[in-house]
Amino acid sequence: MSGAPQIEVRDLEVRLGGATVLAIPGLEVAGGEVLALLGPNGAGKSTLIHAMALLLSPSAGTIAIAGEIPSARNITAFRRRMSVVFQDPHLFDRTVADNVAAGLRFRGVPRREVDERVAGELSRFGISHLASRSARKLSGGEAARVSLARAFVLRPEIMLMDEPFSSLDPPTRHALLADVKPMVRGTSTTTVMSTHDFSDAVSFADRIAVLRQGRIVQADLAWNVATRPADRFVARFVGVENVVEVRVAHREGDIVRIDAGGAALHARSDAEVGSHVLMCVRPESIYLTTSPDGTNGTLEARVESTTRMDHYTVIRLDCGFPLCVHVAGMTSAPPAPGSRVHARIRPDDIHLIVEEPMS
Amino acid sequence: MKWVQTSIGMLALVWLTGCRSCQEGPLASQEPVERDVILATTTSTFDTGLLDVLVPDFEERTGYRVKPIAVGSGQAMAMGRLGEADVLLVHSPGDEKAFVAEGAGINRQRVMYNDFVIVGPAGDPAGIRGQKSASSALLSIAGQGTVFVSRSDDSGTHTKEVSLWKASGVDPVGMDWYTETGLGMGLTLNVASEKGGYTLTDRSTFLALEKTLHLDVLVEGDEALFNVYHVIEVNPGKYPDVNSAGGKSFASYLVSPECQEIIRTFGIEKYGTALFHPDAGNVD
Amino acid sequence: MDLILEGIVKAFTLIVGLDAEVVRVTMLSLAISGTATMVAVILGVTAGTWLALNRFPGREALVGLVNTAMGLPPVVVGLFVALMLWRSGPLGSLGIIYTPAAMVVAQAVLAFPIVTGITLAAIQQIPPGFRLQVLALGATRTQMVWVLVREARLLLLAAVMAGFGGAVSEIGASLMVGGNIKGQTRILTTSIVMETSRGNFDVAIALGIVLFLVAMAITVLLTRVQQRERKR
Repeated sequence: MSGAPQIEVRDLEVRLGGATVLAIPGLEVAGGEVLALLGPNGAGKSTLIHAMALLLSPSAGTIAIAGEIPSARNITAFRRRMSVVFQDPHLFDRTVADNVAAGLRFRGVPRREVDERVAGELSRFGISHLASRSARKLSGGEAARVSLARAFVLRPEIMLMDEPFSSLDPPTRHALLADVKPMVRGTSTTTVMSTHDFSDAVSFADRIAVLRQGRIVQADLAWNVATRPADRFVARFVGVENVVEVRVAHREGDIVRIDAGGAALHARSDAEVGSHVLMCVRPESIYLTTSPDGTNGTLEARVESTTRMDHYTVIRLDCGFPLCVHVAGMTSAPPAPGSRVHARIRPDDIHLIVEEPMS
Repeated sequence: MKWVQTSIGMLALVWLTGCRSCQEGPLASQEPVERDVILATTTSTFDTGLLDVLVPDFEERTGYRVKPIAVGSGQAMAMGRLGEADVLLVHSPGDEKAFVAEGAGINRQRVMYNDFVIVGPAGDPAGIRGQKSASSALLSIAGQGTVFVSRSDDSGTHTKEVSLWKASGVDPVGMDWYTETGLGMGLTLNVASEKGGYTLTDRSTFLALEKTLHLDVLVEGDEALFNVYHVIEVNPGKYPDVNSAGGKSFASYLVSPECQEIIRTFGIEKYGTALFHPDAGNVD
Repeated sequence: MDLILEGIVKAFTLIVGLDAEVVRVTMLSLAISGTATMVAVILGVTAGTWLALNRFPGREALVGLVNTAMGLPPVVVGLFVALMLWRSGPLGSLGIIYTPAAMVVAQAVLAFPIVTGITLAAIQQIPPGFRLQVLALGATRTQMVWVLVREARLLLLAAVMAGFGGAVSEIGASLMVGGNIKGQTRILTTSIVMETSRGNFDVAIALGIVLFLVAMAITVLLTRVQQRERKR
């Protein structure tokens, strides 16, 4: 982590057919850092990965690798310091072993070393038995493993992954993510992964950059993005289901009191008294009790509906405004629809977004 | 791109032809400087198979290699006028004289003759069988409007046909019964046979193909049907690129007693009669 | 009907008896068309790949030209090549008119657009993402092109077959620039025309059968290679 960042994006602009698909004033990825690019389809994640991988020439701006801006002459040398895993594995019509060896062969690595490293990588990804199989005859999960092995065998300084698992079923995806995470951590490989899945991003990355319509709307530590979204879009995208417009009633230092559905809640903010703000509360940060256990931060509510998910229960409440609560575990039966409950929200779990009026 | 292909073509030339010459070695005592002789000739000498006999004999005697290009007499002379041939064997006397007169050819010599005949279906709808005059036979054909197949390719045969029509006073071009093929003699005979039409042919080609045709000789013996073949060397004074030594050598061979003897007997064994008659030494 | 039967019988005797002239004509056909195909494949695969991978003004027109040229009438090619190779032509000094080399040139010119067109299509059907993947693995441009050509090898075999088929069955151009000279430039197709005009239909049919068998044998051979590749 000395000197220049491993990847430095400056004033980057990518235009396609007149439309600007990417505009990034600045983004840095430090050596050894794991960054997730999060956003919906078409937000520009893939374009940004391609630009970082030096696979497209931007309309404007630069991308520096370890402080150097590649030129047309030495671009291959720079590409050889990175690996890219694409959403579609694009395996060559050859054997699995040939596929994994491809990058090493391009680099002119001696045959014996290629064989050793390929064998090692195949075994690390648990696909040694597929070595001589045609790459065209693999399941989706197998193909993804070959694609990963092909990238990791190069031991790159930078690992770029463009929605590497999005076409796989969830169990396979989780298994692969769990395999890959220690690999990049253990080698301090600078990693950028794009995903549209918040839970993948938050479980994998140190930092998350949220993209929307070709622009970065928030780049912060993963947990900060999760709990302190920059705007309504990010809030929705990172799983903050409760976004309620409220009015700041009172302020003392950095503690404000807000009126929400007739009840008073406290939160940390520097919002001005009288202003309208967006209150963000993650559904899993809300506690339900049948009787009021205090005065502050408790809302009276009526249960509208309950829905059981695999590991939690979604309870929708009406407390003057709709409120969504996730209750973990299944030890007790959920409250029946129509019953009255109390919802408690701690001040630290409330995030206020001061929004421009029109948005 | 064409240049690249051409140079690769050259390599192929070395591969495809180079080996042949090193295996065979020289066949004559003195190896000619330029071996290839391009002979532009009428289709009749080719389709009858005469050249298949004469060419190897000549090659063996001299070491030259002949490339016979079988086209009509007209096209043969056109090739001569471009310097694309070294020697011509043709049968279109009027055009030949013009060819020599304009300086394109030299040393025109008689080689052999045979005759033209008018052939047609055995049924002879125009009733020309046995007529003595070729042009009056054509007049009958025109009068009946029966199919007449013409080569229309500026060959010697075609030139002869045109002169016969002129003598008959009929201009057949454009008539619906006048079929113009633009093909060689063999294929034109086929067309006539299949269509049940008449055509003018040299006797040699007809005899060579007779077994596959449904045609009879109907008119023969008219002096106007006389068909004489000449050899002409392409003038090296006008076309410095031509292989004049080779052309001269082939011309000399054609009029040599050895070759004339081959011509005299050619076809007797197969068809019972000679296809050509030696004619060297005679003057027009 | 008798004629066809006679032809088949004659074909059988000529082929089984390994008639010297038939063998020679067949071998020359194979040598000329094989060489021409080789030349056309080397140049056509290069040109097709280049066309598939590069974007430049006028590319569309060039691609259209290639596709049109895939159906070039052989006699037009023959005329063009003959005009070039004649003594009076710009390449006359090479002195290869009426030689097998001239026929190789003509057939290669004929097969070149076919190979180019199929190569173009074969390379273009590889998704653009594949190209990026190859570059991302650290390939130089040359290495990438090589990978793409190998990736498209099944279709490229089809290009070889089509090119050879076009070359070996072609007649007009070979006749014009080769001249159908016995022992030198007489090949299967020109022999067939000649024997037909000489009325030797049986021999013509026999040579036709040989031509068919040769073309089929080559195609079957290449198809087997192709299918074995696919099964792998």
